[in-house]
Amino acid sequence: MTAVPRPMHLAVLCPGADDAAVPADPRSAGRIDFAFFERLARTAERGLFDFLLLTGGELLTGGEGLCPPEHGERGDSPDPVGRPEPITLLSALAAVTERLGLAATAAPAVNEPYELARRLASLDHLSGGRAAWHVATAADPRAGENFRRDGPSGRADRYAHAEEFVRAARRLWDSWTPDGVPRRLAHSGRHFTIAGEFTVPRSPQGHPVVIHAGDSADAREFAASAADVLVTRHGPPAAGTSRISRASGPDARAPGPDRSRAAQDRSPGGLRVLRKAAFVLGSGDAEAQERAAEIRRQRISPQCAIRALERIWGRDLSAYDPDGPLPAIDPGPAAAPGAGGPSGTAARWRALAEAKGLSIRQTVIETSGRQSFIGTPRAVADAMADSVARGAADGFVLTPSPAPGGLDDFVAQVVPLLQERGVFRPRYTGATLRSHLGLPEPVWNG
Amino acid sequence: MSPTRPLHLAVALDGPARYDAQHYARLTGLAERGALDFVTLGDSFARPGPDALAVLACVAPTTHRIGLVPTVTTTHTEPFHVSTAVATLDWVSQGRAGWSVGVSATDAEARLFGRRPAAPCQALWREAGEVADAVARLWDSREDATGARTPAPDRAGGRSGLHRIDFQGAAFRVRGPSTVPRPPQGRPVTVVDLTGAGDAGRRVAGRHADVVLVRARDPEEASALRTALRREAAARGRDPESLRVLLSLAVDLGGRESAPGPGLDAGRRRRGPASYYSGGPVRLAEQLARWHRGGAVDGFHLAPIAPHRDLERIVNGTVALLQHRGLFRTFHPGGTLREHLGLARPANRYTTAPTRGVSV
Repeated sequence: MTAVPRPMHLAVLCPGADDAAVPADPRSAGRIDFAFFERLARTAERGLFDFLLLTGGELLTGGEGLCPPEHGERGDSPDPVGRPEPITLLSALAAVTERLGLAATAAPAVNEPYELARRLASLDHLSGGRAAWHVATAADPRAGENFRRDGPSGRADRYAHAEEFVRAARRLWDSWTPDGVPRRLAHSGRHFTIAGEFTVPRSPQGHPVVIHAGDSADAREFAASAADVLVTRHGPPAAGTSRISRASGPDARAPGPDRSRAAQDRSPGGLRVLRKAAFVLGSGDAEAQERAAEIRRQRISPQCAIRALERIWGRDLSAYDPDGPLPAIDPGPAAAPGAGGPSGTAARWRALAEAKGLSIRQTVIETSGRQSFIGTPRAVADAMADSVARGAADGFVLTPSPAPGGLDDFVAQVVPLLQERGVFRPRYTGATLRSHLGLPEPVWNG
Repeated sequence: MSPTRPLHLAVALDGPARYDAQHYARLTGLAERGALDFVTLGDSFARPGPDALAVLACVAPTTHRIGLVPTVTTTHTEPFHVSTAVATLDWVSQGRAGWSVGVSATDAEARLFGRRPAAPCQALWREAGEVADAVARLWDSREDATGARTPAPDRAGGRSGLHRIDFQGAAFRVRGPSTVPRPPQGRPVTVVDLTGAGDAGRRVAGRHADVVLVRARDPEEASALRTALRREAAARGRDPESLRVLLSLAVDLGGRESAPGPGLDAGRRRRGPASYYSGGPVRLAEQLARWHRGGAVDGFHLAPIAPHRDLERIVNGTVALLQHRGLFRTFHPGGTLREHLGLARPANRYTTAPTRGVSV
């Protein structure tokens, strides 16, 4: 084939709540110290990554989003380690990086459009056009107990709420004229009423890059209409993600009668679909497989296994032995959707445990997601490049393990091979995150 | 000569709105060279300007010692977000964060959020006091990591070292715990500027502030204010020695050779001549030394009307002179803002067991 290969986009997801059990790299400082994040960001920039994505601290939740449900957090069992607030941390990282995109997770459910749009626009100015916003729509009802407002009233409402939130934010970002004159804005919608002037001029990217993560039809629809980047979760190996990419890519962006106004207001441009992926490198295939299995074991600590079980069962199971059998009792009323009943998750887990003679912890390890790419650097580079060439994704959001040293290995060993194949940039050509992603600057809507 | 309390100096970076990080990094670096305690950056939804906390977070990695104190408003924002953002500023600056408690009193600001109408200033300050309380409790809601960086989770579910705060204010509630680990300073420094804050603001200062910014016509008035604030703090069960009272002074070093640019003269009109200094850097040093020698205040918060022009003169002129006379430090002996201010790291109110040794 002589065609120019499709360019690959790479991002790194900073290990967060869902990866609290990821072993910290002994070479790094504590998981909260600025030095930890600085090293991760510098490594990602050295590897010419598109952006660094930080998960938030406001909604400790699984459900739809970046955290696989079996490892997600519940409102009453918060991340034991804790982590920094993303926008503030990224503002600091802006000072120690020059090109890397800086993506913050923030949930419409617990924010106000004016304040959040202002913080993101400030980050875009301070970083010279490298800000991005991961719109988290997952809502743990308990998270609301920390906030003044109730947010969306239910699951069905949350995308409509988020859509209006993003639309209001874009209007605020557009409210100054390109030559720096503030203008009054009035937004009146079902969820928000905003009138007045924004305090920040149009930022270097016009609008910070908007990211959404999810696999449901709602999530893809939302991403297609309101976002620039869709992050899909690690799916079952057989299913792949090509369906998502193709269905939600060009097609979903085509204007249609049911598309939201937000989509029509914006200039047409490609939605970038990135797949969340973990990788494990080894000098040989066997060594890589062995390390992958070891990482899975370390990820699922005994207490992590019990928490995962509690999510499914919706009960306090802290009295159960992680090395013992699964509970005989059935899931409670607070169980995860689809957990109960004869064909529910709980029944499937029980069947699996019985068939293979697994303990609670072994069952959780067995059912947890496998790493996407396991092998030698060459094999991993080939698999990633093939995946992009097939159109399965535009790139990957990598979760390094251990953190942050795992990323050093990727940057040193895999990135050069991707560059050699001509699928990954040999250098940054632009200054903004939009330019890395090949996204046009949004047309100013005066 | 009577023993003089250590002099504390801070400067405001406020000026015409700027959005580039380099501008703020340059000014803060200048202030750090002068070994000042901290810089402040005001913030409001009512006028153009970037998010002040984000600006100072961006400045943090380019500086190493100086305290960073953005204004954070409490009226239309979430106490939980205020807490996590200031805690994170403390983490990225390795213990140099503070926050100046702000309120949003105007109708215009209320309309930007569309949640509730503007309220009288006194009601807003009462709420600001509740926010300061909740924010500090959230900082305590995770126990300090001991030895190993992360608290050892108990087998049952990793819930050790976390505390719900169950705070119920008049207009908000916060359950906790925080999502950010306890900041390096334990609690970042809380600053209350009494200008326009009235009696409610003074009560908030007495109860929650580590640093209070006041304005006064003369040393006697400043001294009386300081005494009243210390009494207020004592009445709240606090050690009055844990309070630093700084006199705020708008400074115009432009002198006669260059009149203030358009808009820069607003400070004089707004603040009145009492807290407005106009003249040269040497006379300013003499005035500061005189006020401090009399024991009227613990230090000064200088607000140059044109920081890009005057901050250098303040540092190289006024501060250098105070240092030369042995009245001000020539370097930062400590690493955290609390250390600069001579304030102890507060114990965690939720920790009952002794903190030394292995976590349980």
